[in-house]
Amino acid sequence: MEKVKKIKAGDVRTASRLIRNLEDGVKEARSTIKHLFPLTGKAQVVGITGSPGAGKSTLVDGLVEQFRKRGKTVGVLAVDPTSPFTGGAILGDRIRMQRHAEDSGVFVRSLATRGALGGLAKAVGDAIHVMDVMGMDVILVETVGTGQQEVDIINHSHTVLVVLIPGMGDEIQAIKAGIMEIADVFVINKADREGSSKLRREIMAMLDMAPPETFASGWRPPIVRVENAFEPDSFGKSMEELTDTIAKHHEHLVAKDLLGSRIRRKAAVELHEAIRSCVLEPILNHLVAEGEIEGMIQKLMDKKTDPYTLAEEVARRFLKEGV
Amino acid sequence: MYFAAEVLEKSSVLRQKWEDEVRRVIAKNPDQKPDHLWSTVSDLKIKRLYGPEDIKDMDFERDIGYPGQFPFLRGNQVTGYRGKYWTFRMFSGMGDAKTTNARWHLLLKEGQTGLSTAFDFPTLMGYDTDSPKARGECGKCGVAIDTLEDFLTLVDGIPLDRVTTSMTINPPATALWAMYCAAADLKGIPLTKIGGTIQNDMLKEFIAQKTLMCPPEPSVKLISDTVEFGTKYVPKWNTISISGYHIREAGSTAVQELAFTLRDGMEYVEDVIRRKGLDVDSFAPRLSFFFNSHIDFFEEIAKMRAARRIWAKAMRDRYKAKDPRSWWMRFHTQTAGCSLTAQQPYNNVIRTATEALAAVLGGTQSLHTNSLDEVLCLPSDHAVQIALRTQQIIAEETGVANTIDPLAGSYFVEALTNEMEEKAWEYIHKIDEMGGMIAAIEKGFPQLEIADAAYKFQRQIDAGEKIMIGVNKYVSEVQEPIPLVEIDDRVEIEQIERLNAVRRKRDNKAVKRCLEDLKNACKKGENVMPYCIEAVKNLASVQEICDVYREVYGEYRDPGLY
Amino acid sequence: MAERKLRVMVAKPGLDGHDRGARVLARCFRDAGFEVIYTGCHQTPEQIAAAAIQEDVDLVGLSCLSGAHRYLFPAVKKQLVERGADDIMVIGGGIIPDQDFQYLYDNGIKAIFTPGATLDSIVEWINNNVKPRE
Ligand code: B12
Ligand SMILES: Nc1nc2c(ncn2[C@@H]2O[C@H](COP(=O)(O)OP(=O)(O)O)[C@@H](O)[C@H]2O)c(=O)[nH]1
Ligand SMILES: [Mg+2]
Repeated sequence: MEKVKKIKAGDVRTASRLIRNLEDGVKEARSTIKHLFPLTGKAQVVGITGSPGAGKSTLVDGLVEQFRKRGKTVGVLAVDPTSPFTGGAILGDRIRMQRHAEDSGVFVRSLATRGALGGLAKAVGDAIHVMDVMGMDVILVETVGTGQQEVDIINHSHTVLVVLIPGMGDEIQAIKAGIMEIADVFVINKADREGSSKLRREIMAMLDMAPPETFASGWRPPIVRVENAFEPDSFGKSMEELTDTIAKHHEHLVAKDLLGSRIRRKAAVELHEAIRSCVLEPILNHLVAEGEIEGMIQKLMDKKTDPYTLAEEVARRFLKEGV
Repeated sequence: MYFAAEVLEKSSVLRQKWEDEVRRVIAKNPDQKPDHLWSTVSDLKIKRLYGPEDIKDMDFERDIGYPGQFPFLRGNQVTGYRGKYWTFRMFSGMGDAKTTNARWHLLLKEGQTGLSTAFDFPTLMGYDTDSPKARGECGKCGVAIDTLEDFLTLVDGIPLDRVTTSMTINPPATALWAMYCAAADLKGIPLTKIGGTIQNDMLKEFIAQKTLMCPPEPSVKLISDTVEFGTKYVPKWNTISISGYHIREAGSTAVQELAFTLRDGMEYVEDVIRRKGLDVDSFAPRLSFFFNSHIDFFEEIAKMRAARRIWAKAMRDRYKAKDPRSWWMRFHTQTAGCSLTAQQPYNNVIRTATEALAAVLGGTQSLHTNSLDEVLCLPSDHAVQIALRTQQIIAEETGVANTIDPLAGSYFVEALTNEMEEKAWEYIHKIDEMGGMIAAIEKGFPQLEIADAAYKFQRQIDAGEKIMIGVNKYVSEVQEPIPLVEIDDRVEIEQIERLNAVRRKRDNKAVKRCLEDLKNACKKGENVMPYCIEAVKNLASVQEICDVYREVYGEYRDPGLY
Repeated sequence: MAERKLRVMVAKPGLDGHDRGARVLARCFRDAGFEVIYTGCHQTPEQIAAAAIQEDVDLVGLSCLSGAHRYLFPAVKKQLVERGADDIMVIGGGIIPDQDFQYLYDNGIKAIFTPGATLDSIVEWINNNVKPRE
């Protein structure tokens, strides 16, 4: 396929168009992914999550610089929220990374959530494949950071950075609420600010309280302090340290043969997603398009039947006949 | 208590009667528009009528007083405009230094009493004309200055010891002020004799104007350097012009302009005290301010009166300044560019006249009036003359300068002044809680408040809820053509030639040494001003100096908050 | 198939910092249901073109009030063409004298909006003239 060839050659135009088509749910894009899939699996994927304004995009910008210095090509997927009222979105993460726009070893792509919960956009998984096939050595994925549980990121990443800033009381609550489980590395951002050692102590205490099997593989999430982004020297040093830590984590995954389990997790999720979009969604779309859904809802309201009976009927009908 | 009890009693009875009458009338003849649309351009609700009740809690001595007395509601100058009108100061700069110098001489000949410099974008952003980033920009928005040679052409024939000059320059302020000081020196005028203003207000750059170079922290450090240098060696210079103008033009409301500007001022005061250990009274009298005068007449007057009172209170009570001159809020005003229209441009003369009148009634010390071609191009000779004449007519024909603060005591104006002060303090306290203005800016707080207001306003214009004549009401099909100023693309080529000639003839070793010294000063945290003066005298360019800052302090890019 | 979304870039080329209009437009486009990529101020034509391609936008909207549009607008278009993206439409706005319109049209700028243009009219123009590409 012509497209696959171009993407393999790193053609940004073709790749960004394909990502666009994947976002828009264009059927033909899916068949391209079929061709790309066997070629994937080379890139190292790093997820970056944390609340809005925590400095994720600024951090990504700093990481891009570091990875470039180390001779790696970098893809960035940055997710911002879609307005539930208008369906529109302003995708602003890229602003922080514009200085890399002209570097042909860097490809930044913004995505809108388009209603997806969990902190990412639906197309992120496939977009990672696209960048992977393009030959991006490292792919950085920035989540929305709406503060809700952004656990999807773990399904797509080899390493997850959880970014926290001092002086936000609710941060630790968020950790308790589940972000904790997904962190491979904690980043204390804007660490020049008051409260950074307190935050550090809190994270340590939290890690200490975790059940012993949590770190059975021998990786206890380190805490990296990142200095003020506006002080080039110290920020640069922090970024070096963070990049080293990411590399160490990757080495750990490889050494302990854990990479496989992360990849497996991604495969499982992708399969679920694919079944949902190839089986469930067409059926639902069909029922909506034919107006059948309305009739079913009416039946439920009239108490003529129940949701399970209807669903079983649908299953009998479609799963045999296909759509 | 401002009113006797019987007055308030009587008023309450009469008010009741009037209100009944109003209800009766509007039942038959409803108002032209619903209640909420009778508001200021900033969306502040205005009542149908104000009376004694609205100002009954004012204390005469505490809140009003006399000119030259705390809290300076009625002005700083005891003689008002009788001793001296406000300074007629037209902001101007275009093309190369020679062209701008000619415009300056024209304006002085026509009765302008102070100068004000508009620089072009490369200069404003600290780039030389031949920087790849500057392509296409030279001279388009102001005068192009690369080195001291250009600067000397700019001030040619200008008596630096007699005319005060304002320079709208921010990140490269140290470099341009150094040129002014060097120019004075070369003309044999001691630094103690020169007077003027550098805008040098970086906080409002992050908030509104976006001429950006270094991060907030070091930017404020450079400003404190100029304050210190001015305090010691150039005592008649205003080293910061704390500006609300840009904040307002970026789309803020009047209250936001008031609050953010004054809070910026407080931030500078705190920084100089903390960093330089100077006594507040040693520098506070040289702080000056710059406000917008927008189209909503009374709101603007109230804003300026409130500004004086807030600043006086802040300086006396918050910073314990003892010298009454530290309590003074002295300010320049510019009429609102964003209130003007490209459509039916002659209408802009009326808008500007109204806004200028508000500034005078608000007690400004200095004024720029926009030209009728504001939305189309830099002002033409003819347009700028009308704008200057507008001020002269207000000063010398209308009689408004006869008496001081003529609107004092108006129920409405006093009530509105109080309301704006109150709302401004709310913002100020909120920013205090965030940890000051730098912290608030890092959070994006003022930027986003302004963006919200700007968007809301644009929607209101689209919906016809706010009116701009010629744009969304009384629209005419025919467009009156007016002569447009065009800056020729040749200016850029010639300017680059001049710059290259300077580079060839100067002592490049000396330049290098000066820049090295400047860099060391930056690293050691020394005051940069003496090094800047030395560098510009050796014909270092604006960019060469700014590159040192960028290298040492880091570059700050627009965070593009939306 | 999910619906096609319009992707629009709002960009500020050159040294100009007049961003009130650009940011108002970014919000307005979001509220019109577009996905908007805003670049922030002080972008070079090269940066804008590269970003537009990486983001696969349908439209680049340039805002310039500094008078440098005669250099900057064509430069952005030229960069796009050089990078094989001549199908990305470019429009512009700001302080643009009437007599420059033709020059800009001749250099590939499809439409120009100046002060007084209503937000609704801009959105309407885009809806009528820009279709997400297949
Ligand atoms: C507000 C303003 C400012 C504010 C800017 C605040 C901000 N953050 O934006 C402040 C006070 C900071 C400012 C400063 C300066 N300004 Co000014 N400013 C204006 C002013 C009065 C209004 C601009 C505005 O925001 N209008 C409101 C917005 C909503 O309208 P708009 O941007 O025009 O956008 C509308 C249309 O043009 C169109 N549009 C615009 N862009 C785009 C893009 C697309 C894709 C589309 C579809 C449509 C579109 O749609 C919008 C809706 O109708 C204009 C004059 C005027 N009245 O237009 C001068 C003006 C633009 N400024 C001018 C100058 C010279 C300057 C300075 C360079 C002065 C100096 N030498 O120091 C500085 C530079 C500052 C900087 N860093 O950029 C000149 C430019 C001259 C020229 N081009 O020939 C003008 C024309 C005034 C003049 N006649 O002298 N300014
Ligand atoms: N003071 C300070 N501000 C920072 C730092 N890092 C980022 N910021 C600012 O914090 C804001 C949010 O940053 P951004 O990277 O967009 O955060 P995100 O929403 O998590 O992606 C921006 O205004 C940044 O300039 C830092 O180290 N110190
Ligand atoms: Mg972000």
